[in-house]
Amino acid sequence: MTGLENPPLGRYEQDKTMPVILATDLITFFLVGAIVYFIIASRKDGSLKAVRRELARNRLAVVCMAFLAFYVAVALLDSVRYRDAVIGDDGVPALSEGGSVIYSPEALSLLDRALSGMRTRTEKTYSAPFATHSYAKESMEGAGVTIVRGYPPLKYPRTHWLGTDRVGNDVLFIALKGVRTGVVIGAGTTLVIIPFAIFFGVIAGFYGGAIDDIVQYIYTTLSSIPGVLLIVAFMLLFGSSGYQGGLVSDVHLVWRAFVLNDRLFWLCVILGITSWTDLCRLIRGETLKLRELEYVQASKAFGAGRLSIIYRHIVPNVMHLVLITFVLQFSGLVLAEAILSYIGIGVGPETGSWGNMINTARLELSREPVVWWNLLAAFGAMFALVLPANIFGDAVRDALDPRLRYR
Amino acid sequence: MLTYIIRRVLYAIPIVIGVNLLTAVLFFYVNTPDDMARKILGEKNVTATQVENWKRDHGYNLPVFFNGAEEGAAKISETIFFRKSLPLLWLDFGRSDRNNIDIGGEIKTRMFPSLAISLPIFTFALVLDLFLAMMLAYYRGTYLDVWGVVLAVVLMSVSTLFYIIGGQYLLGKVLKLFPISGFDTGIDSIKFLVLPVVIGVLSSLGVGVRFYRTVFLEEINRDYVRTARAKGLSEGAVLFKHALKNAMIPVLTNVVVSIPFLFYGSLLMERFFAIPGLGSFTIDAIQAQDFAIVRSMVYLGSILYIIGLILTDISYTLVDPRVRFE
Repeated sequence: MTGLENPPLGRYEQDKTMPVILATDLITFFLVGAIVYFIIASRKDGSLKAVRRELARNRLAVVCMAFLAFYVAVALLDSVRYRDAVIGDDGVPALSEGGSVIYSPEALSLLDRALSGMRTRTEKTYSAPFATHSYAKESMEGAGVTIVRGYPPLKYPRTHWLGTDRVGNDVLFIALKGVRTGVVIGAGTTLVIIPFAIFFGVIAGFYGGAIDDIVQYIYTTLSSIPGVLLIVAFMLLFGSSGYQGGLVSDVHLVWRAFVLNDRLFWLCVILGITSWTDLCRLIRGETLKLRELEYVQASKAFGAGRLSIIYRHIVPNVMHLVLITFVLQFSGLVLAEAILSYIGIGVGPETGSWGNMINTARLELSREPVVWWNLLAAFGAMFALVLPANIFGDAVRDALDPRLRYR
Repeated sequence: MLTYIIRRVLYAIPIVIGVNLLTAVLFFYVNTPDDMARKILGEKNVTATQVENWKRDHGYNLPVFFNGAEEGAAKISETIFFRKSLPLLWLDFGRSDRNNIDIGGEIKTRMFPSLAISLPIFTFALVLDLFLAMMLAYYRGTYLDVWGVVLAVVLMSVSTLFYIIGGQYLLGKVLKLFPISGFDTGIDSIKFLVLPVVIGVLSSLGVGVRFYRTVFLEEINRDYVRTARAKGLSEGAVLFKHALKNAMIPVLTNVVVSIPFLFYGSLLMERFFAIPGLGSFTIDAIQAQDFAIVRSMVYLGSILYIIGLILTDISYTLVDPRVRFE
């Protein structure tokens, strides 16, 4: 590829890029959509307005929200991606034998493109944060014909804020690439849970009897299998197929632009299967209580159908539990991803994630001198997401339902 | 009391069977013996005969749930489910797929290293959590309490991996207080155990203290505590003699359910500290893709959890007179 600066515009112009949408990108879009919806709805809806006012009064919660907003924004930028057409020597997109445009297998996200300097400025190997010279000694040509051992100067001195890793990639960039995985795991798992938990929880609590027994049996059985082992079993069986991150090949693409068999998405589904039982139990209990309340009894007396009672009175009144569970589970899931990726059953090796960073960096502390910046970047990035999420989760819970504090 | 226990055990039977069926479906239907054979023999260059031979040698050449080719009861008994999954019910774990080792025997010997690390962690963590939580509850509303809670949230926001890697580096490598990893039997084992125990206690401290503090605070706001104060008892007497006893009930539920799991060890800790327990057994099996071992461990874990639930119910009846046996 010679890559002319301005290829002549022509009939291929509209085909120069090709979007790629992963199943997990949809999760990020949905998360952002839900956040926007809550902001708009809280301007009108009375009870949501009260919640928002309560949160706005809590200064710590506002600071945490800013942190979380930053992470979500990075995740969103990293979820909009497209492939560039391969530009031929003549400056127009190269065509395949069938006459269609050939696209590069690299689906670069907006984040990759915005930080392309950081992404492409790679060194040979490790270098410390803000270093001017490489970490490792090398034989270099000295004055004249002598060969001296020394630290070679970096190609891009003082540009790597968090240093570079073993193959010379910028650590700050890799840590930022882990953001999307963390956010997707935290949000996607809950999105998978919500429909199951609401459906089973509400029908168990509302209808009672045999349905209740069956639902209770299902979730007791599922929750009696140790979560991590169930995840292990599922990932051993399903995880190895599918898109592992990295280059996009035609094997993974459906309808030219979609990647549905995404390993990260399966991880969300599996974490969801192992963790929907808690929310289901909460919703079942709440429904049992709601069912006996006067206004539900009154609408029953007026002849409202069961489905309309569930839809109009029960489901809206368990949604606060969903929201609370979402924010409280988020941080735990981010931490779990790192551990699962560390054991080797988490996200694919090509996917940027803090667990993968820790996994590749765990032996670096035994080097001499110590390579600490990789591990610290991964742990720092994780901590800066999990701590605000924990504090914000507590604030949301207190604002929505103070009784749940003592659980 | 005895009938109550018996009924609780009977309730557990359908759950055990459900777990058994679920693991069978997962490990034999979703992941067929053919897949298993190919993974173990190597993905490439495997002939159909090799796969068949492997399945015959390991007893996977039968249908999963129903064998139409046999007569009478053998239709059910000559199946993978009957041969491989049902014996788990009486804790017959069979042999591993890869090295043909006796899984049951391995579990029995590896149980003790797991116990050697999980039991001290459990005990020290419980005592320390309860002590600190009680202190925060005693000084509730003061700066000590506020900052204690903040510290607890910070501690629980740090990845377990950080505690382990950081602890090994700081205490093991830089300060050279303990060996970084390893295991020994007898009295020599202590020097290997200190580091994992310290790290294990520390990594669970934040969650524990915060949880027990809310338990104590809930109890402190009850009416009977106010009455005790009103009759002129000192704050210490109120807290330790009246509130503590009643707060023990939620504490007990939280604690008893995890006691059987102590046999199970910890996946992460045992891997990092090279402790030859059940956790590292499981991790090794995961990495070697030995499904017979993973299946056994999934099942064993569920059994231990169900035992924990039964123990919890029994301990409830012992400490809480309001719980009746009906």
